[in-house]
Amino acid sequence: MSIFFSSDEWLTLVDNLPNLPFATWETFYATVLSTLLAMVIGLPLGVLLVVGEKDGILPLPRWLMAVINTVINLLRSVPFLILMIAAIPLSRLIMGTSIGTLASIVPLVVASFPFVARLVETSLREVDGGVIEAAQSMGATPFQIISRVMVPESLPSLIANVTIALTTILGYSAMAGIIGGGGLGQIAINYGYYKYKYLIMVVATILLVVLVQLFQSLGTRLSVRCDKRLRR
Amino acid sequence: MIEIQNLTKRFTTQSGTVVALEDISLTIRDGDIFGIIGMSGAGKSTLVRCINMLERPDEGLVAVNGLQMQSLSPKDLRAARRDIAMIFQQFNLLMQRTCLKNICFPLELAGRPKAEAEARARQLLELVGLPDKADAYPAQLSGGQKQRIAIARALATDPKVLLCDEATSALDPNTTHSILQLIQQINRELGITVVVITHQMSVVEEICNRVAILDGGHVVEQGDVGQIFSNPRTAAARRLVFPAGAAKSELVPGRRMVRVAFNGTQTTDKPLVASLAIECNALVSIIAADTRMVNGQTLGSMLLALPEDEAAAQRAIDYISNYPGLSFEEVKQA
Repeated sequence: MSIFFSSDEWLTLVDNLPNLPFATWETFYATVLSTLLAMVIGLPLGVLLVVGEKDGILPLPRWLMAVINTVINLLRSVPFLILMIAAIPLSRLIMGTSIGTLASIVPLVVASFPFVARLVETSLREVDGGVIEAAQSMGATPFQIISRVMVPESLPSLIANVTIALTTILGYSAMAGIIGGGGLGQIAINYGYYKYKYLIMVVATILLVVLVQLFQSLGTRLSVRCDKRLRR
Repeated sequence: MIEIQNLTKRFTTQSGTVVALEDISLTIRDGDIFGIIGMSGAGKSTLVRCINMLERPDEGLVAVNGLQMQSLSPKDLRAARRDIAMIFQQFNLLMQRTCLKNICFPLELAGRPKAEAEARARQLLELVGLPDKADAYPAQLSGGQKQRIAIARALATDPKVLLCDEATSALDPNTTHSILQLIQQINRELGITVVVITHQMSVVEEICNRVAILDGGHVVEQGDVGQIFSNPRTAAARRLVFPAGAAKSELVPGRRMVRVAFNGTQTTDKPLVASLAIECNALVSIIAADTRMVNGQTLGSMLLALPEDEAAAQRAIDYISNYPGLSFEEVKQA
């Protein structure tokens, strides 16, 4: 190993070893918290995108649908790095600071709720129109159709899509290290990118990979387990 | 009672306006099993959806048990829909719920307590013959079982009307028969008015007492099943009643041909062809026949070739013309 990495790099790694568990934890909770908040905004938006259509169960004014769609597309098309910097004043306003793991949650949520909304939209569109029609024929209100038909019937797909969002947000949260967000991303960037200590960067990256694996396998397992369409 | 008056429904598509239903008037009496039959695209499904306002008619009136369906507020419409249950070709069960929870679903929507809903659901599972499937998921059931669960779910709110939209079209003949038996049982025992949408004549034949024939968005004939079957007046009705086309058959050279139509001859009556042989010594050949039994009556038509002997042929014609419950016409050689 010492052929690839100097003793200096090994020293940095050993020095920072005690920081790695906490950094992993910071990345974990920033990711999970951001995903949860992104869902709080993205889930209702995704629902609106489906039910608010002209032939939907709760048609909304066309201008409103146009506004929602445009805002989502706009936020989705701005590169995360730019969005993150642009969101610094917003972080200050909400969190009182723009530095640290907690502050990085603001740009993470801003960047990911439109993504979550689109994922939710995709999941809800998979629900068979006939089932919705059946619920209507039984006298279900639009809210009952959303809460008792569309969401529960698309739950396996929603879980699978939330897992995609989770892993994407994990990647974003690592990037937030650039503007002073904490966690594994910060360690990788500060040491690896700015100080050429590649060894600790590799270790931090491996930890990120492990987190992604963990999220993905948990999400897939949960999605498959709760899907009653599969005969077992 | 369901009354439809001068109903018209149009759809706007990219290529212009399509008239799906035009000037439809129908009366469905309480306790009827009313068949609405037509080819694909005749507008059957649109028509049945106009009854519970899943489709809004553009013109005309729909009244179910005295309620003017179009003029109801959304809230009143939802309440009215609990009295008008519907089952579908694709069953439309909630795939993520057990059978029991599926049957509870309409009761849950109506805000009934969970324990009461489950007790009712178990009763209904019993009624449709699947008491052991309470905890099974729809994906674990066969098509016929799924439709039974859908029927149980439809009955949960004690509806007065059951709309069946091609409910047996995805099922094999045996399963179709058993589902139709169940629908008939529900109609008799619970007094629920049933509207059956189908493209299969056999379905109407098996359970309906009245029928309307829909063709190109129009009702071309309606009335008692026996009457329509024995004497289909329009081309569309004939196509449905005799899909094989008993109209033009091969004529036998040198023999007089007679087409006999059975207008509801009692099956207990003496058989025509045998009687011709015994009573007037006229040996006729059956060239084509398409007859069926509806409610114990023989309906349909038969093409007979009369004996070559002119006297025997005339005897046969005289005999047929006096035979009760049938009409006949001589088919001329082309």
